[in-house]
Amino acid sequence: MSLSDRSAPKPPSADDEGFKRELVQLIPHLRAFARTLTGDATAADDLAQDAMMKAWDARASYQMGTNMKAWTFMILRNQLYSEKRRSWRSSQLDQEAAERTLVAVDDPEAPVALDELRQALNTLPEEQREALILVGAGGFAYEEAAEICQCAVGTVKSRVSRARKALHAILERGAYGRDGRAAGDAMRSILADADRLSAARQG
Amino acid sequence: MIDTPDPRHKPAAAPSSQPGPEEVRLRQQAIGAKLRHLFDEVVNEPVPDEFLEILRRADQRGDKA
Repeated sequence: MSLSDRSAPKPPSADDEGFKRELVQLIPHLRAFARTLTGDATAADDLAQDAMMKAWDARASYQMGTNMKAWTFMILRNQLYSEKRRSWRSSQLDQEAAERTLVAVDDPEAPVALDELRQALNTLPEEQREALILVGAGGFAYEEAAEICQCAVGTVKSRVSRARKALHAILERGAYGRDGRAAGDAMRSILADADRLSAARQG
Repeated sequence: MIDTPDPRHKPAAAPSSQPGPEEVRLRQQAIGAKLRHLFDEVVNEPVPDEFLEILRRADQRGDKA
């Protein structure tokens, strides 16, 4: 099945095929980016679909062999912010997203700490949230994240750093602890889960 | 290399006790791992058919045009 030699020049129609193949492989990542940005599974899939179609329509302007993942992520975040500017009051969105997230993760299997982290993430300023997601979860270098966000590398670094501090403070404070759980519980369960996750990775 | 903070010395009801720099680093790491997990969970979900369907339709439109 793997018939692609990326370095070989291709006629336009084969380019479309190659583009489509790469785009399909990026869908899971676009969904993850959208979901972690918006905190809302339904809105996120709408956003990821829009971004996918925008990328498809703009395929002529994409240079094969460059970083398609970064390119599609940039399309997605631009799409999100233009939609927000158009029709959403961002405070409203954050509130609604947080509420729907609570419902969405009403899953007995879901570790509590993930829920806490989702909510904490939702409270960050959007530019900090996106920077942290790109660098801390999406696997992008600071330089790539800067291109995606169309800002300076130093700006990304400081946003990521502020986001990390803010998340830590929020979870530490247990500001989003529910069910009468004591402050600090969120942090403790995150530590426990992280331990489990890293053990699983190494095993 | 797994050296988690000792859960036994949790602050007695007062969350005010400042964690040391090493402790803070471990906690930041734990949050980082969690965040990656949050993201990867979605990456590992099966892609809804809708996505491929939309793309397929767009592609066909292009072919006929």
